[in-house]
Amino acid sequence: MNRAPLSPAAKRRWAIVYKVFQYTICILLALLSIFPFVIMIVNATRSSDQIQHHALSLIPSHYMMNNMKVLTTKTFHPIRGFFNSAIISVCATALCVYFSTLTAYSIVAYDWKFKKAFFTMIMCVLMIPAQVSSIGFYQFMYKIHLTNNFLPLILPVIAAPATVFFMRQYMIPALPMEIVQSARIDGAGEFRTFNQIVLPMCKPGMATQAIFIFVQKWNDLFLPMILLTEKNKWTMPMMVSQLSGDMYKTEYGAVYLGLLLTVLPIFVIYFMLSKYIIAGVALGGVKE
Amino acid sequence: MKASQKHLKGMSYARYGYLFALPFIIIFLIFTLYPTIYTFVLGFTDAHGVGNETNFLEAPFDNFRRILNNKTFMTSLRNTVVIWIMNFIPQITLAMVLTAWFTARRITVKGQGFFKVLFYMPNIITAATIAILFNALFGYPTGPINEILVSLHIRESGYNFFVNKSASQIIVAFIQFWIWYGSTMIVLISGVLGISPDIYEAADIDGANGFQTFFQITLPNLKTVLLYTLVTSLIGGLNMFDIPKLFNKGGPDNATLTTSVFIYDLAYTGKQLFARAAAASVLMFIIISVCSAFLFWLMRDKDAIELEKIKKADQKAKAKQRKEAAF
Repeated sequence: MNRAPLSPAAKRRWAIVYKVFQYTICILLALLSIFPFVIMIVNATRSSDQIQHHALSLIPSHYMMNNMKVLTTKTFHPIRGFFNSAIISVCATALCVYFSTLTAYSIVAYDWKFKKAFFTMIMCVLMIPAQVSSIGFYQFMYKIHLTNNFLPLILPVIAAPATVFFMRQYMIPALPMEIVQSARIDGAGEFRTFNQIVLPMCKPGMATQAIFIFVQKWNDLFLPMILLTEKNKWTMPMMVSQLSGDMYKTEYGAVYLGLLLTVLPIFVIYFMLSKYIIAGVALGGVKE
Repeated sequence: MKASQKHLKGMSYARYGYLFALPFIIIFLIFTLYPTIYTFVLGFTDAHGVGNETNFLEAPFDNFRRILNNKTFMTSLRNTVVIWIMNFIPQITLAMVLTAWFTARRITVKGQGFFKVLFYMPNIITAATIAILFNALFGYPTGPINEILVSLHIRESGYNFFVNKSASQIIVAFIQFWIWYGSTMIVLISGVLGISPDIYEAADIDGANGFQTFFQITLPNLKTVLLYTLVTSLIGGLNMFDIPKLFNKGGPDNATLTTSVFIYDLAYTGKQLFARAAAASVLMFIIISVCSAFLFWLMRDKDAIELEKIKKADQKAKAKQRKEAAF
């Protein structure tokens, strides 16, 4: 690059223009992230009539309870959806984090014959998404009468390759084997050592994973949609998918309110834990 | 003494290794491996509907032949790739630009933490909700977007985005872009922060400017992370379901029908053609596996070469030592 050197004044001016440009783009992108949700929240409080006349408004109205009535008299049951989703997400998260840590510990702490092969297999299935085997999964669950049951949505997370991989990466520097050795000398059983010494030491890593698994399970649509056909078993995202149906075609206010209700828990989690979530993403290996 | 030390070091603890890995293995066999094999097997049968008898086909590859000759499947495959490309190129470009800004050493951007939180936010929100929210935002004739277009005098009256094929595809691609660019940015930033600061200091001393530093140091060192982003995004893209399914139900005229939506519709609506959906799943499985294998080949290659080098150097050094000892 053979450019003529700029005078100090020109350099300063250029730096200012560059900075203004950067901040403008960043602020526009930030607004782009918020804008849809602001409209959603405001319109959740407005009547369908108001929305039909002016869909874009930043002034909240007072029709929220009215929208709630419209929403819940049809197929949308936010409380039931909330509880169903919560049961699945909480159970799945607890099982996934516990057993993934246990599996990772078996790889890190012990020498066994097929360890390498086992780890290679984990790496291989890491990349293959569950959706491609969903037909066989559904047919199998149908045969053993587990459709319309939460178990097929919860139990499979015990074998979560991505979480095991993450916990292994986390454990190698964070868990000094000397401590495990000294616990052995003190006569603690292996299982007790894991539960009382290893688990507490891995807490930060487990917490990061827990957030992601919870959110992923909460947001999951594909598997619940094929497995749960009884309406009282529906999860939150399934309730949401009802909002695009004909039943709510002109009930704009109710649709926005329904959308708001489904993301409320996620918003709360996100704004409480955003620091950890972003640190977790930076550690990698958390993409779906 | 020696025996007890050996005992403590591991060998006889091996059974605990098996024991602790056992829950994973059992659940994996039941809920992942078996359904995967079962899906493959179903691809060779005539399974359809609920409660019907299932038999193997006389022409074993009939389902696969039919899927490959199915115009709708081919359309869905093309849509999936087109929508993925329309989302990925702007996504990686913007993520790179933001990464360059946020990691720049001379002109720093203030409020990074705040921007990161907002840019990442769409990624964590339920995709089903986002799809329906955008469906409402692009509403016709009087959605918020149409209102903006009219009030800015870009259009006289509302535009019906849902009947235009390209418009629907672009919106679905935009939603994917909007959901993922923040996440990609954070992964790239952490990649840049992992590059040794010594290299940057050396560049500073040599008088490299910001652009030179970015293109000649940051970019080449980011290769592995970029590759990881590319492949995970591709695999995720090949499974795109929630957004295309709920934004415009795969329409108009199948323009936003992706392979996952195609498989879902085939298996769980109408005649419930499980066997054919299984065949389509197997084809997707093969495509995804080839992509993953390609990634592993690229990734491992580097490490293996590195290891080989170290081994060779080690052997040389040992050989030299031996020679010296012989003298």
